[in-house]
Amino acid sequence: MKYIDEFQDPDLARRLLDDIHSTVTRPWALMEVCGGQTHTIIRHGIDQLLPEQVELIHGPGCPVCVTPLEVIDKALEIASRPGVIFCSFGDMLRVPGTGRDLFQVRGAGGDVRVVYSPLDALRIAQQNPDREVVFFGIGFETTAPPNAMTVYQARKLGIRNFSLLVSHVRVPPAIEAIMQSPSCRVQGFLAAGHVCSVMGVEEYPELAERFRVPIVVTGFEPLDILEGVRRTVAQLERGEHTVDNAYPRAVRPEGNAAARAMLEDVFEVTDRAWRGIGVIPDSGWRLSAKYRDHDAEYRFSVDGIQTREPAECRSGEVLQGLLKPHECEAFGTLCTPRTPLGATMVSSEGACAAYYLYRRLDLTPAPREASPVV
Amino acid sequence: MCLAVPGRVLDIEERDGTRMANVDFGGVVKEVCLEYLPDLQVGEYAIVHVGFALQRLDEESAKQTLELFATLGMLQEEFGDPWEMAAETGGTLPPEGEGARL
Ligand code: SF4
Repeated sequence: MKYIDEFQDPDLARRLLDDIHSTVTRPWALMEVCGGQTHTIIRHGIDQLLPEQVELIHGPGCPVCVTPLEVIDKALEIASRPGVIFCSFGDMLRVPGTGRDLFQVRGAGGDVRVVYSPLDALRIAQQNPDREVVFFGIGFETTAPPNAMTVYQARKLGIRNFSLLVSHVRVPPAIEAIMQSPSCRVQGFLAAGHVCSVMGVEEYPELAERFRVPIVVTGFEPLDILEGVRRTVAQLERGEHTVDNAYPRAVRPEGNAAARAMLEDVFEVTDRAWRGIGVIPDSGWRLSAKYRDHDAEYRFSVDGIQTREPAECRSGEVLQGLLKPHECEAFGTLCTPRTPLGATMVSSEGACAAYYLYRRLDLTPAPREASPVV
Repeated sequence: MCLAVPGRVLDIEERDGTRMANVDFGGVVKEVCLEYLPDLQVGEYAIVHVGFALQRLDEESAKQTLELFATLGMLQEEFGDPWEMAAETGGTLPPEGEGARL
């Protein structure tokens, strides 16, 4: 057990592991939804410490990875225009669009700026009234409330030169889509803790019931993951499928009411395409009609974009848990963080990057039934 | 970006009608919007994501998480220079012993 000493509390980690080992009697496949959890799992070798019967399948919870190529291309197009200041979080800089990325757009003279918070972008707009400031609004239910608040503020303060290029996604419809896929093997979910600290857990009981699948709200530190796995396996062994909160220090059942109210005011639910997966009904947010003035897609006409996905990249299957990154032929050869073919290799939360950074290429072939249906 | 980091409120002020705070993340201080946790007080801890406090956290768990993040280099990932990091990912291989052996 090489890794266990690196745990914050190795004794507790050992006890949790012992419990899991003694509870499990047959194979179970669990999906961790959040990309941050994937990184913790691979970084600490948690998947290798678990009993062989417990398989962790990596889910689609990386906002950078699931942003559709078309939206990336729109961002690149807007960022290249004279008079525009394009603001983004740092993780979007190297995400490949068709042929280039934001890093290269800046190299070619585009005014691309990295901000820590969307409010920083709003301040840039205040300071540059003669320029158009566009913020790249991507992310799940954790990032959407800050972006919603920023648009709300822009309107309140009458800042007209600020707009949002928005591509927000929602977790529950993704869980539904995964469960409905004919090749789905997922039997339990470790739900993304920070998404639930905003949204609470109300959306989950219906899903747990309908698909008879336990959903355990899980944090993303090593011990959190072990506890999430322990509780999910315990439910599965008992034949239960309920929603359980294993991350109560950060998740209240009702979430954050103020944030949810703001989301409802500023955004409306819409169908959204997920990169590599396709359109999932009701899985995203866009600005509601009231805030359309601040929607970059309305302000800049960026239609007619021709996208081109690299044929070798199988990130869609990786994002659905149908393929482990190292099973992709391009992994580590054609595709590395230096020459990424897909966003899952670029993003700090991407599964391909996690495998490249922390997992030796000890290519254990996945079980036969794990092979994707192609 | 998806990382949410616990921090401690140092001081609070009103700006443009918005409640803002300086928050300490294990040494790095950033401006944070408190509109989603309007009753958060100086000295309390909260989980902060992209400059917004999203949920209260008790001191003990906050400190443990911060310590862990510091050990794992994740604070650097969140608060370091993003251009430098982007250049690095584009230009160098992962450090010896950590990366894939090809
Ligand atoms: S290894 Fe690269 S090419 Fe293969 S799925 Fe991952 S990102 Fe795509």
